[in-house]
Amino acid sequence: MAGKIVKVSGPLVVATGLADANMSDVVRVGPQRLIGEILTMKGDTASIQVYEETSGLGPGAEVETTGAPMSVELAPGMIEGIYDGIQRPLEKIVEKVGANITRGVEVPAVDHEKKWEFTATAKVGDKVVGGDILGTVPETPVVLHKIMVPPNLSGTITDIKSGSFNVTERFGTLKTDDGKEVPLQMLQRWPVRIGRPYQKKYPPVKPLSSGQRIIDTLFPIAKGGTAAVPGPFGSGKTVVQHQLAKWSDVDIVIYIGCGERGNEMTDVLREFPELKDPRTGESLMKRTVLIANTSDMPVAAREASVYTGITIAEYFRDMGYDVAVIADSTSRWAEALREMSGRLEEMPGEEGYPAYLASRLAQFYERAGSVECIGSDERRGSLTAVGAVSPPGGDLSEPVSQATMRIVKVFWALDSSLAYRRHFPAINWLNSYSLYLDSLKPWFDENLGESFMRNRTQAMSILQNEASLNEIVQLVGKDALSPGDQLTLEVARMIREDYLQQNAFTDIDGYSSYDRQGKLLDIILEYDRRCREAIDRGASVTKLFAIPSRETIGRAKSVPADEYADAYDRMRIAMAKEIEEIAAQGGED
Amino acid sequence: MIREYKTVEEIVSPLMMVRMVEGVTYDELVEIELHDGSIRRGKVLEVNGDTAVVQLFESAAGINLADAKVRFLGHPLQLGVSGDMLGRVFNGMGQPIDGGPEILPEEYRDINGLPMNPAARDYPNEFIQTGVSTIDGLNTLVRGQKLPIFSGSGLPHANLAAQIARQAKVLGDAASNFAVVFAAIGITFEESEFFVSEFRRTGSIDRTVLFSNLANDPAVERISTPRMALTAAEYLAFEKDMHVLVIMTDITNYAEALREVSAAKKEVPGRRGFPGYLYTDLATLYERAGRQLGKPGSITLIPILTMPEDDKTHPIPDLTGYITEGQIILSRALYRQGIEPPVDVMPSLSRLKDKGVGEGKTREDHANTMNQLFAAYSTGKENKELMSILGEAALTPVDLQYAKFADEFERRYVNQGYDQNRTIEETLDLGWELLSILPKAELKRIKPEYIEKYWPKDKA
Repeated sequence: MAGKIVKVSGPLVVATGLADANMSDVVRVGPQRLIGEILTMKGDTASIQVYEETSGLGPGAEVETTGAPMSVELAPGMIEGIYDGIQRPLEKIVEKVGANITRGVEVPAVDHEKKWEFTATAKVGDKVVGGDILGTVPETPVVLHKIMVPPNLSGTITDIKSGSFNVTERFGTLKTDDGKEVPLQMLQRWPVRIGRPYQKKYPPVKPLSSGQRIIDTLFPIAKGGTAAVPGPFGSGKTVVQHQLAKWSDVDIVIYIGCGERGNEMTDVLREFPELKDPRTGESLMKRTVLIANTSDMPVAAREASVYTGITIAEYFRDMGYDVAVIADSTSRWAEALREMSGRLEEMPGEEGYPAYLASRLAQFYERAGSVECIGSDERRGSLTAVGAVSPPGGDLSEPVSQATMRIVKVFWALDSSLAYRRHFPAINWLNSYSLYLDSLKPWFDENLGESFMRNRTQAMSILQNEASLNEIVQLVGKDALSPGDQLTLEVARMIREDYLQQNAFTDIDGYSSYDRQGKLLDIILEYDRRCREAIDRGASVTKLFAIPSRETIGRAKSVPADEYADAYDRMRIAMAKEIEEIAAQGGED
Repeated sequence: MIREYKTVEEIVSPLMMVRMVEGVTYDELVEIELHDGSIRRGKVLEVNGDTAVVQLFESAAGINLADAKVRFLGHPLQLGVSGDMLGRVFNGMGQPIDGGPEILPEEYRDINGLPMNPAARDYPNEFIQTGVSTIDGLNTLVRGQKLPIFSGSGLPHANLAAQIARQAKVLGDAASNFAVVFAAIGITFEESEFFVSEFRRTGSIDRTVLFSNLANDPAVERISTPRMALTAAEYLAFEKDMHVLVIMTDITNYAEALREVSAAKKEVPGRRGFPGYLYTDLATLYERAGRQLGKPGSITLIPILTMPEDDKTHPIPDLTGYITEGQIILSRALYRQGIEPPVDVMPSLSRLKDKGVGEGKTREDHANTMNQLFAAYSTGKENKELMSILGEAALTPVDLQYAKFADEFERRYVNQGYDQNRTIEETLDLGWELLSILPKAELKRIKPEYIEKYWPKDKA
C-alpha cells in the first residue's frame, strides 16, 4: 500500500496512508523513487527525511515503504570503493550519470555480478553459530575477506563448496536447529543504526602506531580507543586525519568525509593508490573504504554517513581485524542533526542543537572498542574511532566539542597559533591529553623498553617548564635566566622543532617508526643531560648552544629510513665529543 | 500545464502564502502578475496540503492580495546559458541590463546546480601565477581552487581582486581560453563600477560576464545572484572548455539576505541569528568550483567577504574558512602602514599549495623556501615584540637579524603595489635575497643543496 505526500519542506516530507510502515523504515518517495527514512509516526502519518534533493516533489506524490530499516550491504567488493552517505558507489554513479550526481540513481552497493574465488574452510556437518567463519575470499592482496555466518543465525552445515561465486550465489546450505534450510551467500545486510553484536569488550592495551611523533610518543591512542581532533579552520585537522588514515598500523581503514570538501576526498582517492603501506608494501588503497558525503551533497545523507561507515567497520572487526574509522567532521554531522531537528520543529537545546546530540555522539563513539568477536573461535578484533571536530571560531565551549570531550579518551587539540607559525602537526602539547598512558605502559615497557615512557615523561616536563619560563622571559628577558633554565628553553625548542614538527608532505618524514622516534628523542634528551653536566663544570651556555651537532640534529628528521640507525649513532658520538671539548675548557670564555 | 491562482492569502515580505493550490511542487518557480501587468518572481519554499509558501525574489511592494495572479511554472529557477553571455551585463536574476539584445539560450539550467561527484573531480594542481608575491610565493593559487579574500570595511580588497583578475595566468599555457564571471552581491554602484572600469581598461571586458545586484536592489535577489553566476561559470567551464575565474563580492551581503529570509520563515536561529544551515548553504555555492576528470575547463573561485568588526570568528568568515581551500586575509595594521596589498601572511593559507609548487610547476626550492620564509617572519615578529618590551639590548645578534628580516619582508616582499606583476622566479629570488639577511645555519627548513644553488652569490 502506498502513502501520499501532504507536505514538503526541504529534505523533510510528510506523508499519510503509511499505517503498514515501521518506524525507521526506508521509503521510496515520489516518481523518482528518492530514498528516505521515517523519522516519526503519528497515526498513519509519517515524517520522512529524504536523502536526496526534494525539488519537484509535491502533495499527492506516492510514498512506498521498503519494510526494512536503513541497511548496508556487506560482502567482498567494498575495499577500494568510494561510497556516498547511504552506500551508493560513487564511481558507478559517474559511469551511469556523469560528473554531477542526479537524483534517484539506483546502483547496488557492491557488485552483484563479479565472481570471487571462495575457499570453504567449514565442512559439511559442522555446527556453526553467528560469526563463525565459513570460508575466505582474497579480496585484495592484503585483505582476506572472511565470509561469516550472519549474526543471529546458527545450525548445521548440510552443504558447502569452494569455487567461483558472485555475492548472491548460493555456496552452501545451513540447517537451523528448528529444521529450516537457509541458503548461504556472501552478501549480508545490516541496519546501520544498530551496532553489530560481539561477545565481550576488553579495555584496550595495545597502542595504535600512527608514525606521527607527537601522537605516538606524547599522546598515544590505543587500538579500540576513541580520539577527537578539534581545531579551527586552517589548523590542519584534515592533514592529521589523512596521516592517520595513511600510516596507522591497522588492517582496514574506513575514511568518512562527512560534509567536508569534495577536493579532499578526491585527494584521498587519487593519492592513496600510489602510497605504499610500510608494513605490507602494497598500495594503501587496498585496505581502505571511503565514504564521501561532501558538503554540497544532500544534508540528510550526511547524517547517515557516519553510521554507514561504522557499520562497515564493525563488519571487518568481526572478522578479527584491527579497523580504524576516521570521521571528518563530526561537527558537520551534528549540524545535519540540527537541521533535521529544526525542520521537525523539535524543542532545541543548546545553540539550536537537539537535546539528544550528546547521546547520539556517545552512541557513535561507543561502537568503538577492543572486542572478542562473535563466533566460536574467540578471535579478537578492534575498532578505533577518530573524529574531527570543527568548533565555530575555534571555541571549544560549544556543544559538539563539549559533548565529544566527555566521551573520547584522547584529545589532540589543534592550535591556530602553531599553524600560523607553520608548526605542523599543530597539536598543542599543553592542552592535549591521552587517558591511555597507564593502560598502554606495560606494552611500551615490554616492546620498546622502559626508556620510551620515561623519555616521554621527561619531554613533557621540559615542555611544561618552557611554558612557565616563557612567562618570565616576557618580563625580564632571556639573559636573566640561570644557565640551567636557558638550557631548558633551548632543549624545549629542540623538542618542538626537531622532534614534534613533522612534515606530512615529504616521503621520509611523513612516517616515523617507534624505533626511530625513540632514538631521536634519546639524542635530544642526551644533549640535555650532557649539557647540564657541562654547565655544572662551568661550561659556557652560548658555546654549548652553538656546537655543530645542533644543526645535524636539526636535520636528523630527513635522514632516509634505511640509514637513520647508523646516522643517529654517529650524531651521538659527535655530540658527546663536542660537548666534552667545551666542558673541558671550563669557565673561560 | 501552467496553473494560475488568485488566492494569495498573506504576504510578509519576502514570504507569500497561497491557498487552495493543486499540483504544486517544492522549489518550483513562481510568477506573480500584478494588476498593472508587471511580473515578480519567487519560488516555492514549502507545500503543505493545499497551501504553498512562496519566497519572493523581488520586492513585495505593490502586490495586491486580491488582484495578484500567481502562476506556478512547474520547474525551478533557471538560467538560459549561452556562449554569447561573454561581455554582457545581467541583473541578479539573470536578465540583461546593458541595453543589448536578449540572450538566445543554448540551454536552460537549474541555477541550484547538482552536487559534483567527488569520484569525478580532478584534483587541482596547476599553478596560477597571479604576479602577487604573497600569493604566488606563500599561498599559491591553483586552477580549480576556491580561495576567498577575508577583508574588512574600508580595506582595499577590490584592488587586490582586480589585480588578480588582471594578472592571473598559467605558465606555459599561452593560448589559454580564459573568462571572468563577476557577481556583484549587494555592493555599491561605485565599487561595482570600479571593477567594470577595471575590466574595460584592461580590455578583459569582452571575456567577462557580469551579474549585478547592487545595494539598492532587493535583498532577496541576492540569494539567486551567486547561483546565476556559478551556473554561467559551469556552462563556460565544462561545456565551452574555458578556464573561468569567478569573483563574488560581497558574501557578507549574501549571508545577511539569507538571514533575512530565515527570520521571516521563523526558523530557529543559530549563531548571531544566522540560520543553522548557513554552512550547507555556503557549501553549495563554494563547492561548485573545481575541475572534472576528462574536461579541460576549470572554475577558480575567489569570493570576497568583509569580516564584521574584522572578526575572523564571526560565522560568515568562520564557516567560509571551513569550506574553502584556504584564505587570503587582509590586515588593517599593514594597511595603515601603507603596505600594498596589505596581505597578512601568517593567518593566510592556501591548502592546495603543496600540489601546485615544486619542480616542473614553479621551482624545486619553492616548498622549502616558503616554509622558511613563514618561520623566519614569525620568529622575526616575535622578536620585534620582545624588542618593544625589553629594548634592543635584550636580543641576541641573531634575534636582531630576524627582526630586521621581518621589517624587510613587509617592506619589499609584501609591499609590491597593485601594478607590479612579478614572475614566480622574481618572487622566489626576492625570497632568497631576504633570507640571506639571516645566517645560513638558521635555514633548517631548506635542503643544503638548494642553499648551495640559490643563495645569492654576492652575499657571504
